[in-house]
Amino acid sequence: MAEVTVQGVSRYFGPTVALEDVSIRFADGGFYGLLGPSGSGKTTLLRLIAGFDFADTGHIAIAGEAMEDRPVEKREIGMVFQNYALFPNMSVFDNVAFGLSVRGVARGELRRRVGEALELVQLTGLDRRRPQQLSGGQRQRVALARALVTRPRVLLLDEPLSALDKALRSEMQIELKRIQRDVAITTIFVTHDQEEALTLSDRIGILKDGRLVQEGAPHEVYERPETVFTARFLGDANILSGRVRDGGIELADGTRVTSERSPGADGSAVTCAVRAEKILLQADEPGAAGDANALSARVQRHIFAGNSLTYLIDWGGETLKVFVQNRSGEVIPEGTSVCLSWAPRDTVLVAP
Amino acid sequence: MTRRPRGLVRIGRLYMAGVLLFLYVPIFVMAAMSFNASRLYRLPIDWSVTWYVALAGNEKLIDAALNSVWVALVTTVLATVLGTAAALAFFRYSFPGKRVMQLLLFPPIAIPWLIIGTAMLVFFFWIGVGRGLHAIVLGHVALALPYVVVVVSARLRSFDPNLEDAARSLGATPWQATRRVTLPSIAPGLVAAGLFAFAVSFDQFVISYFLSAPGVTTLPVEIYTAIRKGFTPEINAASTIVIAVSMTLLMVVARFYRFGGER
Repeated sequence: MAEVTVQGVSRYFGPTVALEDVSIRFADGGFYGLLGPSGSGKTTLLRLIAGFDFADTGHIAIAGEAMEDRPVEKREIGMVFQNYALFPNMSVFDNVAFGLSVRGVARGELRRRVGEALELVQLTGLDRRRPQQLSGGQRQRVALARALVTRPRVLLLDEPLSALDKALRSEMQIELKRIQRDVAITTIFVTHDQEEALTLSDRIGILKDGRLVQEGAPHEVYERPETVFTARFLGDANILSGRVRDGGIELADGTRVTSERSPGADGSAVTCAVRAEKILLQADEPGAAGDANALSARVQRHIFAGNSLTYLIDWGGETLKVFVQNRSGEVIPEGTSVCLSWAPRDTVLVAP
Repeated sequence: MTRRPRGLVRIGRLYMAGVLLFLYVPIFVMAAMSFNASRLYRLPIDWSVTWYVALAGNEKLIDAALNSVWVALVTTVLATVLGTAAALAFFRYSFPGKRVMQLLLFPPIAIPWLIIGTAMLVFFFWIGVGRGLHAIVLGHVALALPYVVVVVSARLRSFDPNLEDAARSLGATPWQATRRVTLPSIAPGLVAAGLFAFAVSFDQFVISYFLSAPGVTTLPVEIYTAIRKGFTPEINAASTIVIAVSMTLLMVVARFYRFGGER
């Protein structure tokens, strides 16, 4: 177990910037989710920590030890690959035993530890199987057991759940979290799936174009995005822009909205984000919602998803999104004039 | 399923008959005649193993055959090891000139052996390698190498490079990862490549002919020399054995090669 620190790391592939001055502290025993769209540099960062690649500038340390000159096999890491990368020429037992056997662990201890690892991932009894004879979920478990059996200091997960179907994926998420808690290992998890990152991690970092744009607890990052990118990438957000007037924000159509935080000097341009599920949608009495922020608009279209509905709202040519729980069983018809309202604390000021 | 037009079927059959007639019938006749006691190919065949007995007493041919096997085995080992190393390098790394080097693998397969043989003879003399079995081995290795690289590379195409990374992440050194993960995964390709190398060497005539020192040579060259002196059905017997060995090897290659493709 160990803390991992990444300090001012940059990596360039020719003229392309893969990572630019990234610094992150991965807490000992924590579950850190690195989140970003493809090409954001998250996998590059993971490969740098693993030692498959080397940073052009900056430092990487595991448990305070500099990793610059240390090859992969000396870093004491465990890694789970996107396609699991199980050795097809070996049985489940030999796959899990591999890390111990290259370390020259004695036969008796090797057997015992492989047994424990398989028990941890609940695969006892499948030791003689070949990877090809296992289901996706079972392969995932073997990959996890194989990565953990050597008692690494860090566990690196490269989109480990992306190859599973939805039902299995949520089952494995719970399983992964349980195992990570049991072993209490520093875990770095790369994903492009925002829901997965929010569910699993106790801290997330959002990468964009090789830079770390925001970092924090999942709840914090979700509720208080700092940029338009983060607001849009994590969940669904409506982006509104306007100008500051008398401590409030005047939108393009003259509507005044307020935020908890002061938006800045009068006359300056501001952008704010309002999450789609924070908005209250009312069909009656448009434009009368008292203290709250309110917009008058018109229903453009709705998307029915069973337990919830997504309304696309036409607000002076812009399309806004509103999520509504399907409590009433009724649908507001297209073309209806509606009032959108939300609390001032849900108007989040963001950098454009 | 669509019905095949009758005319096409007929052409197809004719074509097949042609292949069998011109390719396999001569071989078959030769094999049959090696069991005919008559020196003059007289029919009906007078079945006997006379020529095989005679062959067993022909020390020159037997020495040449042993030389051939020895040269082929050494070639197989060297070409497979070197060729696999080259294929792994092509697979793992990108480096300047890689594309050119890969392209340069193919011409030796296409250049006439006569030309390669002449070039080697002159060059080997010039640098002091000279002639003899060692020169033949050198020539054969050079000749077999492209085949090995191509066969092993084909096998590597279905090998997941993540497997090597996974092995490294589990504490294996690069050599351990290669030996315990990569090589076992591509083993069928290695066997096929080795058999290819053996066949290339064992069947090689032109280069062996050019690089032989007087009196010490390989079986194909010895057979040719014997024919020039005067044909005896002993040669039929020797050739039949060579064909049997080559065919068996190629059948095994075909089997492993297919496995490699399917996976």
